[in-house]
Amino acid sequence: MNNLEFSSYLLIVSYIAGFLGALTGLGGGVVLVPAPALVLLFRVDIHYAMGASLISVIATSSGAAAAFIREGYTNLRIGMFLEAGAVLGAIVGAFVAALLNAHVIAVIFGVVLLASAYLSLRRNEAIESDRPSHPWAMRFGMEGVRPTLTGPRHYRVHNVPAGLGLMGLAGTLSGLLGIGSGAVKVLAMDYAMRLPYKVATTTSNFIIGITAAASAGVYFTRGYVDPGLTMPVMLGVLVGSLTGARVLGGTKSHSLRIVFSLVILALGIEMIYNGVAGSL
Amino acid sequence: MHRSLERIEARIGMTLTAGVLFAGLLVACGGMLYLLHHAGQPVHYHIFRGEPSDLRTIGGVVHEAMTLSGRGLIQLGLVVLVAVQLVRVALTAWLFIVQRDRVYAWIALGILAVLAYSLFRKG
Repeated sequence: MNNLEFSSYLLIVSYIAGFLGALTGLGGGVVLVPAPALVLLFRVDIHYAMGASLISVIATSSGAAAAFIREGYTNLRIGMFLEAGAVLGAIVGAFVAALLNAHVIAVIFGVVLLASAYLSLRRNEAIESDRPSHPWAMRFGMEGVRPTLTGPRHYRVHNVPAGLGLMGLAGTLSGLLGIGSGAVKVLAMDYAMRLPYKVATTTSNFIIGITAAASAGVYFTRGYVDPGLTMPVMLGVLVGSLTGARVLGGTKSHSLRIVFSLVILALGIEMIYNGVAGSL
Repeated sequence: MHRSLERIEARIGMTLTAGVLFAGLLVACGGMLYLLHHAGQPVHYHIFRGEPSDLRTIGGVVHEAMTLSGRGLIQLGLVVLVAVQLVRVALTAWLFIVQRDRVYAWIALGILAVLAYSLFRKG
């Protein structure tokens, strides 16, 4: 395959990755790297693939964030609060990386993802009772208002400690495995904190770029970021995420849940396979 | 108070959009130059060689981009994309400072410090 063909294929795959990544709050990398696109289909070395994946997460996050903030979905306070947990987790991850077996972690994470795919589908926001927010959510002013088809609606925020704990875990995992933090971030907000789904995915989308940027320095200096490879990825993901941001408002939350579950189901299987096959 | 909040949120959005489009433009221009010279070459990404040292440091990337090398321009666009993340956290911190929201201002500044440290440390 020559360079032009390769770039064209990658541009199309990246466009889809950016589109799905922005809609689900997972980031383009989750769709790109574990989905065999880069590593298997295009036979790209894992280091180059990691570099391109990191850039794709930042591009998804940046491309869609402006539209999500403008439309009023993103909860910046919850985002920053949880990002602090993720940053602390990433530091812990860097310290414990040497002590843990990456294969075992990958398998455990894969099983967690399979369970999450199921849990995410099972939640039905419509029948949940309107209990008051967690005390921490009141103390830190986390409640918000989100746009709906029938006008703005107030929402409550539950179980903040569990959300923060999951974020720490997400940070640790991304420090250890390099990917997958978006999945845990959405879960922390959706399943633990019981936020409306679109608030969870858009807030995740806002912060995954910041988490990824924290690793960018290392990736650049180690030479993982190849311009020729990353160019079509970045452009495709960027345009894809802009498209995703446009369609989010009109999309049903339940359809998003199905897409999210399918993506993390694939990611979970991939993780378990990699962990068992030892290709991490 | 509420209006100033919305204005800063709009500014975060605008800065993000402008920065990202600028980064995209650099990458697109670099990509065209790159493909102009290398379109017919076979790809070789299955072997990891690492990037040349010029494309690993900010100074080197800027220097390469100045010579209008396609790969240099792309890499500069990617560096800009990462830099936009710093700006966005800084703007978010500013948003909380204007709101006199001390807890969140400190949280955002803390994240900014960790991010800046991770980007500018040596090695």
